[in-house]
Amino acid sequence: MSDTGPNPTGTAHGFGRALVAVYAVFALAASARSLYQLATKADEAPVAYALSALAGVVYIVATFALATDRRLLATAAIGFELVGVMSVGALSLVDGSLFPDQTVWSDFGAGYVFIPLVLPFVGLWWLRRTRSGTRGQAKAPRTHTTRGRNH
Amino acid sequence: MTDAAANSVAWLAVAVAAFAAWHTVRRQPFSNPLFYAAAVLEIALIAMLVGGCIALAGTSRDVDGVLFVSYLGTLVVIPPAAVLWGIAEKSRWGTGVVVVAMLTVAVLCVRVLQIWKGINV
Repeated sequence: MSDTGPNPTGTAHGFGRALVAVYAVFALAASARSLYQLATKADEAPVAYALSALAGVVYIVATFALATDRRLLATAAIGFELVGVMSVGALSLVDGSLFPDQTVWSDFGAGYVFIPLVLPFVGLWWLRRTRSGTRGQAKAPRTHTTRGRNH
Repeated sequence: MTDAAANSVAWLAVAVAAFAAWHTVRRQPFSNPLFYAAAVLEIALIAMLVGGCIALAGTSRDVDGVLFVSYLGTLVVIPPAAVLWGIAEKSRWGTGVVVVAMLTVAVLCVRVLQIWKGINV
């Protein structure tokens, strides 16, 4: 059970697999949505569509970083995602005219059952949780055995 | 007819998601029945892509064709990608990937139906 690949404590293994899958879905949803919006009606709400595109890029980077165990890049991308969803969520509530069309981050991701709001917290928690394993700290052996039993 | 088709595929996806979740909770490895269930869903999605294209060609209503077909195409790609990514993971979360993917399929099916009816969300 414990041999989950070359690096069993990496960010792409165990629960990380499912997390990467969720990130991949949002990478696809946000980037596809923005491409479509920019291609068909770019002049209607350029700010909102550019923001969709930015969100798409952030999700793509986060997915890639988590899947390939690049923890620094993952932390940066997920941190940016957290700031993004918070600030866009707050701004869209304060002044709806700033974002006339929906983006993934509008209203704290209410259009996507608030998953965009929860996702960065889960992502950062996961990065923190898997950190001890790769750094080989005192916690590492414990993580190894519990992983074998629980996952 | 289109309603029934899209809704039944969405419910099929929810059923496969539930089956995969049962695997995740019970810590079962990726099983053959789960693989067949995903395969059945994949066949239904391919049928929906073909049927959707035919229906799009035959309709006189104003449907956003590019969006409609890109959704149908995305749907076809998701199950194989999820199965490949999930089967490589030997822990319980390998089937967790399938849960995520199948719920996504269900949501996309509902969106496809909305696009077909011209409801823009």
